[in-house]
Amino acid sequence: MLTKRIIPCLDIKDGETVKGVNFVDLRSAGDPVELAKRYVEQGADELVFLDITATVEARKTLVELVGKIATAINIPFTVGGGISTIADVDALLNAGADKVSINSSAVKNPELINQLSKQFGAQCIVVAIDTKLYDDWKVYVKGGREATSIYTKHWAKEVEERGAGEILLTSMNNDGTKSGFALDITNWCATQLQIPVIASGGAGNKQHFLDVFNKANADAALAASVFHFGEIPIPDLKHYLKENGISVRI
Amino acid sequence: MKVVIIKYNAGNTKSVENALLRLGVQPIITDDKEIIQQADKVIFPGVGHAAPTMQYLKERNLDSVIKNLKQPVLGICLGQQLMCAHSEEGNVEGLGIFPVQVKKFKSNNQFEKIPQIGWNSIRNLKSTIFQNIIEESFVYFVHSYYCELSDYTIATTDYILPFSSALHKANFYAVQFHPEKSATIGQEIMHNFLNLC
Repeated sequence: MLTKRIIPCLDIKDGETVKGVNFVDLRSAGDPVELAKRYVEQGADELVFLDITATVEARKTLVELVGKIATAINIPFTVGGGISTIADVDALLNAGADKVSINSSAVKNPELINQLSKQFGAQCIVVAIDTKLYDDWKVYVKGGREATSIYTKHWAKEVEERGAGEILLTSMNNDGTKSGFALDITNWCATQLQIPVIASGGAGNKQHFLDVFNKANADAALAASVFHFGEIPIPDLKHYLKENGISVRI
Repeated sequence: MKVVIIKYNAGNTKSVENALLRLGVQPIITDDKEIIQQADKVIFPGVGHAAPTMQYLKERNLDSVIKNLKQPVLGICLGQQLMCAHSEEGNVEGLGIFPVQVKKFKSNNQFEKIPQIGWNSIRNLKSTIFQNIIEESFVYFVHSYYCELSDYTIATTDYILPFSSALHKANFYAVQFHPEKSATIGQEIMHNFLNLC
């Protein structure tokens, strides 16, 4: 049976992880490669690296870093943040990334999804959608700083039609609150789309993960701080999910 | 030991190369006929579309090179599918090593997503490449097409229906999943393949 995926997300700036990470026995907590290896040992199913710098120099650093990660770990990983051209994607995939995630650039130029999907295959194109609830769920861009008038449900359908392989859905209402994932919009996407949906934003305890799989039908769940700060060790989370009837890889 | 990864337009050779390097093997990535024929082990990887890939292989005469190889050959993902008789993807004839049809998954409800992306288990393991691998071990899949069950099936996986997650005939082995991305289980399977005589 296909299992539900648990995905830690690492924010990268100038080749280093940002946000403190407290694996006590880790020599360099800022080294993404060391952290990635640790997560693999703990049983993470995939990793996401989000580059929060977008200068040309940082981009080169990122490609080098992706190469190092690819040689060090033996599970799939996605790289996102500031990707806007076919050349960006080509460089990252060639360096060894399994998937790339695009966000603002896809909203600005939706045709990019078609082009990337056609050139590299849908399986490696993740479209990240940052969303916030007003009268209905709407799409935000530029790391959640800028509103658009686009309805999330429309956009999610459109990115699927254009050839996205997966959707990474982040609720800005929930992100950072540790009050649980946005179950309604996650469930809508997970049941209305043919492609897998990765839920993101709001994880605070193990029950939240159980809910996003059981009640919202997410295919995968992504989180950052609860993993980085050891609040929810991945092995504990997976055993808890398994005890509660969720199929996970242990 | 000389290990060749067949270079072609379907990409993903980097991940396989990295996995071999982690096992202490420096592979040669090439589409040169003679180097492929002289290798001790040949890996035929693949991510991409069946029809243009078959065309690419035919244009370079690599189709007949691959099917006439005598050393152990491991097809991965699209590599497995192309080693079969026919694929629904682009309605294309494959290399015909395995008399097996490659079909597209058909979803019955909103919970059966296509492609299958993620970790699924392998069962009914029947080959030395699965030595020390326990039943129901998890490996990583990304695919919309699958190889039907056949007499050559050496591992079965259930997604929508049971399909051949691995095939074996003579010196030819093929897996639908990505051993290079399947953590220690995948590493062990690649190690077993490299140890074949």
